[in-house]
Amino acid sequence: MRVPVQLVAGGALAGVFLALALVSLVWTPHDVAALSIADKLRPASAAHPLGTDHFGRDILSMIMVGARTSLAVALLAVGIGMAAGVPLGLIAAANRGGLIDELVMRANDLVFAFPSLVIAILITAVFGPSAVNAILAIGIFNIPVFARVTRGGALSLWTLDYILAARVAGKGAARISIEHILPNLLNLLIVQGTIQFSLGILAEAALSYVGLGAQPPTPSWGRMLAEAQTLIYTDPALAIIPGLAIVLTVLGLNLMGDGLRDLLDPRLRRIRA
Amino acid sequence: MIEVEGLSLDIGALPILRDVSFRIGAGEVFGLVGESGSGKSLTALSLMRLLPAGAAVRGSVRLEGRALFDLSEAEMCALRGAAIGLISQEPMTALNPVMTIGDQVAETLLVHGRAGRAEARRLAAAKLARVGLGEVPPDRYPHELSGGQRQRVAIAAAVALRPRLLIADEPTTALDVTTQAQILALLKGLVAEEGMSLMLITHDLAVVAGMADRIAVMQGGRIVEQGPTGAVFRALGHPYTRQLFAASEHVPDRIPHRGGDVLLEVRGAVRDYRLPRRSPVGAHPVLRAVRGVSFTLRRGESLGLVGESGSGKSTLARAILGLEPLQGGQILLDGAPVRAGDPRMQVVFQDPYGSFNPRHRVGRLVAEPFHAAGRPPDAAARVAEALEAVHLSAADAQKYIHEFSGGQRQRIAIARALITRPELIVLDEPVSALDVSVRARILDLLAELQERFRLSYLFITHDLAVVRAITDRVLVMRAGEIVEEGETAAVLDAPRHPYTRELVAAAPAIPTDWRGERRHG
Repeated sequence: MRVPVQLVAGGALAGVFLALALVSLVWTPHDVAALSIADKLRPASAAHPLGTDHFGRDILSMIMVGARTSLAVALLAVGIGMAAGVPLGLIAAANRGGLIDELVMRANDLVFAFPSLVIAILITAVFGPSAVNAILAIGIFNIPVFARVTRGGALSLWTLDYILAARVAGKGAARISIEHILPNLLNLLIVQGTIQFSLGILAEAALSYVGLGAQPPTPSWGRMLAEAQTLIYTDPALAIIPGLAIVLTVLGLNLMGDGLRDLLDPRLRRIRA
Repeated sequence: MIEVEGLSLDIGALPILRDVSFRIGAGEVFGLVGESGSGKSLTALSLMRLLPAGAAVRGSVRLEGRALFDLSEAEMCALRGAAIGLISQEPMTALNPVMTIGDQVAETLLVHGRAGRAEARRLAAAKLARVGLGEVPPDRYPHELSGGQRQRVAIAAAVALRPRLLIADEPTTALDVTTQAQILALLKGLVAEEGMSLMLITHDLAVVAGMADRIAVMQGGRIVEQGPTGAVFRALGHPYTRQLFAASEHVPDRIPHRGGDVLLEVRGAVRDYRLPRRSPVGAHPVLRAVRGVSFTLRRGESLGLVGESGSGKSTLARAILGLEPLQGGQILLDGAPVRAGDPRMQVVFQDPYGSFNPRHRVGRLVAEPFHAAGRPPDAAARVAEALEAVHLSAADAQKYIHEFSGGQRQRIAIARALITRPELIVLDEPVSALDVSVRARILDLLAELQERFRLSYLFITHDLAVVRAITDRVLVMRAGEIVEEGETAAVLDAPRHPYTRELVAAAPAIPTDWRGERRHG
């Protein structure tokens, strides 16, 4: 089978940042918490490949640790969305047209109706700004997305003959959902997962930008942007570097999502063949 | 009119058509017959130059002297819809669901700049009236129409510009027999009236027998035989034509059964569906899909249930399988109410592609009915036994379903139904989606299995030829009621109810005198 170009390109792009994040667990060029005012706002050099910021911290090290924060927050938020949303969607589809279906979907609508970022800001403002609260806030808004995608996919599967055959065999809704519906939804969920993952990175950056994400001294791309904005005329690289990191990671994930969709969707596969 | 010379087509490295040549005269009906994969639809698309990417085509197609393969894409666009019209199989998807039917017909006229908006509307209404939709306002949307009405809209759009050639690709395959008869009559009338040529693509020999002046038989991308319809049917010169013909008339060898004691009893079954309420405070309107149906099925018997779409036969089948609650009456299997998961009763569905979870291996798929009663210790041996009973090999249990053809999948569906050693198998249109030669072999298999395992069949179908081939008794269902019941041959040869008579009359058939000559010769 031919692997789509987007998947390779997107995977490579996202892979670079994933590698940076993983390396930062064991090694960074400099200590990100170490301030050295004497070295502030240095241009790129052998010691500081991307230069230093206004506190003299090494920017490459901050980008590496920031990648860890961004990816971890987005990944856990997707995890929360899937863990709660997928079962809800399966339950709603199994009870299609029933009271439970109606309750789940209306609750979904309710969450959708809130401006997600504003509520996330509210949550972190009330419970205190931290990476954990950012994960929860972003994760909650992933739940209805996954519930809706799961329900939609499951509804069309429920009309298929092999589901009818399973019912003839005496299987109940729960068993059918796990054994027959969920495995056939995986493609859909993986693709939606990559999309939510990139949205999660954007949301984390936005929360950190307003100071409600990961707290200092933990570096974060969003806060790097916020701190750079007063220096944007004197040292634009300070804003451009974390900005590029966000853009490239999100671009990589989106390309990966498109590529995975092409790879996994048998209908698209047939058209390409 | 149209001359096709040495048409060959490759898609990628795959050869599709080889040296296809035929000509269709003005006002002639040309039937192109073949099984799935024979290349008949791609022949039509080649004529319209609507081929998928990566297609390489050779040969020549001349429409009234113009070589179509030499035209530019813009010139082809001007021809499509105007000089060549196309009707496809699926009336559900051939129309745009958010456009009124009048606008869809008018669109062809507007695209080709043949009329202004008001004039196009007027002509569209006239065309809709011509195809028998005079009573349906042109501002209706496709979903408000029945399948047959939708196909009429597609025909109106296809003939709006009086094309010289109309290509109809399986135009009635998705329709009921009585609707099919009306659509075929409409096409025949249009051909006579407009003097256009019709290229009728179908897998159904009986349909071309009644329609075409000349036919061509396709197999594996080649035309193996062509000539005037009557002559081809009488001579059956090519072995493949003979094989197709034999398969389409195939009646399996089976011993008729009077049946023993009562196995399944349906007593006054009623099934209602609640529809969405029309106003927020009103009551839910109720659709009665099954209206007090009663019948019995005896042990060892093969009972046919015939009806058109919407007759309630599938709803009744689901109720018998214990999948739908009844609002009245009872369904008893061996004296006890039916329930889902009963190992004594199994089912085979129509669609060999949708009947299996694509992510499980065949062994697991076939063993699924063990769920309710519990998996026996010799399950693997039972799976192997069931696969061998349907003439597949035990090793096939390790494969995935996409490795099998449609006919093989239907065998696997039958194996799945046999696995619990049932007494009754409900067969819901089990051969309708299959090619004629595959269908003949599946019918043989069903007859063989019935003898071997003393099975009873409830055979649900819209196809009277199949009913005649495999059932002892038949029930005719219409609008949720059984209107006629009796021995199959008696009901089909001398129907008493007007609806049964209509059904029998609408079923296309190859003229008996054509067959007669073949038998003598």
